[in-house]
Amino acid sequence: MDLSLIIMQLLSGIALGAVLVITALGLTIVFGMLGVVNFAHGALFMIGAYAGLYLASLTGSFWWGLLLAPILIGAFGMLIEFVLIRRLYGRSIDDPLLLTFGLSYVLVEGVRIVFGSDGIPFPTPPQLIGVLDLGIGFFPRYRLFVIALVAVVLLALWLALEKTRIGLIVRAGARDPTIMQVLGVDIGRVWLAIFGLGVGLAALGGVLAGPMRSVNPEMGSLVLAEAFVVTVIGGLGSIVGAVVAGLMVGISISMVALFAPEMATIVMFALMAVVLLIRPQGLFGVRGRTA
Amino acid sequence: MTHPSGGEVLAKPAPSGLDRILDHRVLLSIVVLAILPWLLPSKALAVNVLIYGVVVMGYNLLFGYTGLLSFGQAAFFGAGAYFTGIAIGRYGVPWFVAVALAVLLSTCLAAVIGIISTRTRGIYFSMVTLALAQLVYYVALQAASFTGGENGLRGFTVDRISLLGLQVNFLDPVNKYYVLMAFAALAMWFQSRILNSPFGAVIEAIRENEQRARACGYDVERSKLVVFMLSGAISSLGGCMLALHLSIVPLDILHYQTSGMIVMMVLLGGARSFFGPFVGAASFLILEDVISLWTPHWQIFVGAIFVLFVLFLPKGIWGTLLDAIGIGKARR
Repeated sequence: MDLSLIIMQLLSGIALGAVLVITALGLTIVFGMLGVVNFAHGALFMIGAYAGLYLASLTGSFWWGLLLAPILIGAFGMLIEFVLIRRLYGRSIDDPLLLTFGLSYVLVEGVRIVFGSDGIPFPTPPQLIGVLDLGIGFFPRYRLFVIALVAVVLLALWLALEKTRIGLIVRAGARDPTIMQVLGVDIGRVWLAIFGLGVGLAALGGVLAGPMRSVNPEMGSLVLAEAFVVTVIGGLGSIVGAVVAGLMVGISISMVALFAPEMATIVMFALMAVVLLIRPQGLFGVRGRTA
Repeated sequence: MTHPSGGEVLAKPAPSGLDRILDHRVLLSIVVLAILPWLLPSKALAVNVLIYGVVVMGYNLLFGYTGLLSFGQAAFFGAGAYFTGIAIGRYGVPWFVAVALAVLLSTCLAAVIGIISTRTRGIYFSMVTLALAQLVYYVALQAASFTGGENGLRGFTVDRISLLGLQVNFLDPVNKYYVLMAFAALAMWFQSRILNSPFGAVIEAIRENEQRARACGYDVERSKLVVFMLSGAISSLGGCMLALHLSIVPLDILHYQTSGMIVMMVLLGGARSFFGPFVGAASFLILEDVISLWTPHWQIFVGAIFVLFVLFLPKGIWGTLLDAIGIGKARR
């Protein structure tokens, strides 16, 4: 087993982790602000992939799909918040979770009705087909693009949260929504926007994952479990936690796949169990809220 | 009813006639289940109501009475079924020994998952139980030499059983129903005993106010672990019943969709009511049966109905009914 192979596998792990980071980030931001865990997150990831595929074939360009699918599905997410989830604030914290679980049933079956139950191949955009010579080995161009794009999105999110007035409101709202209302901020609108953002990130994850996995109505269920594992390891509500844990899980999966392929699907759960035994609140979680 | 330490646990209201009847909830439930095969359109449906009723009843102990929303109950349902099948098919163990063994092993599995998951609270608990149950699913998928992998577990048909020297043809649907009903009755008796015990009052106290229960001196963490194991044990018995009934164990039984179905059933019927799980299992399965007659996409309707229940009828069919005729909390 030579070093270059291990480095290439590490890069694969980072590409895999990048998609996990984007998906888990959507989950964790919504929880941090609204205190809602969206069980339909995996289904919305899947719908994002289908929307990207559909829009790409409609416009003839992958790039329109990549740009428009997260926006459209994000808007759909805002509709979900406005029509359904808004009614449940102030009720048991289990209720939004149960509702979004039922919703995921509806969404998955809806996609089956429209697009059929079979998987559909998601073509890689022509500009990104093939491999790039990195000096130590060849690496798929598309995966490098995924890593780069996720890095850009993370940077943009960080800047928006830390350096803008809106980001300030969002961060303050996560700390204490009541005080924000007293100060004259319409917290309902902030929550609406954040839920849309979270769902949009899930959809972006779906479009990015499309060319790397096959697109089928069931793809969301594995993604949901993965996103849960990442957020639990990182600490629910923690953005840094989602990034670190996402990369950690991605790299562990691809490294284990190299040495013991049959353990690859199991390793992330084992990782989560170990983290929970040592730090029940997750690596970057705050004690008291969830553990 | 007094707690061993001397304190009063439940304030008993003056018993009315209705209350006195409901004192015998196990007996009443058994009577309803005994005539069920003649109320439903098919015997196969009745057997499924029985099996899922037991699984959901065990889950109700955890979600309804203790307030812990687990999304991983399929692990114990599946474990009961797989252990029964493996014990009979691979090791030639008599069927009743296999069932006892399967429940025991599933309870051990529940202990392991419980130790990890009961360290967390609130929404974390739901996510962690889902993830750990998915771990069980992938382990079963990988350990194909034991479990049959994707094809499911086969080759352990129980066609004839002897009861007290009496040979019963287990392939006959009516015989099968009543043999399995004996298991359901046992599970109901066990659950009723738990709920009537001081421990039953403790888990309800944890649901109502965890901090106060802790301040009263109860070991909340240990009680959660114990209830997690009891719940897993009862649900695994449902798994054993499924294995005996189907003679195969499909891999899907372990998937989190099955856990979700259990959650749906308990909510449709009514969490925190004794007979609610059976009502929930029956409504879900009848709904599935009826809708799939005219469309293969029954899940879209079931999902939508579930969403409506969460929004407008969170106590479920049975719970709302009990409320409407004014039956107190302590008597359900």
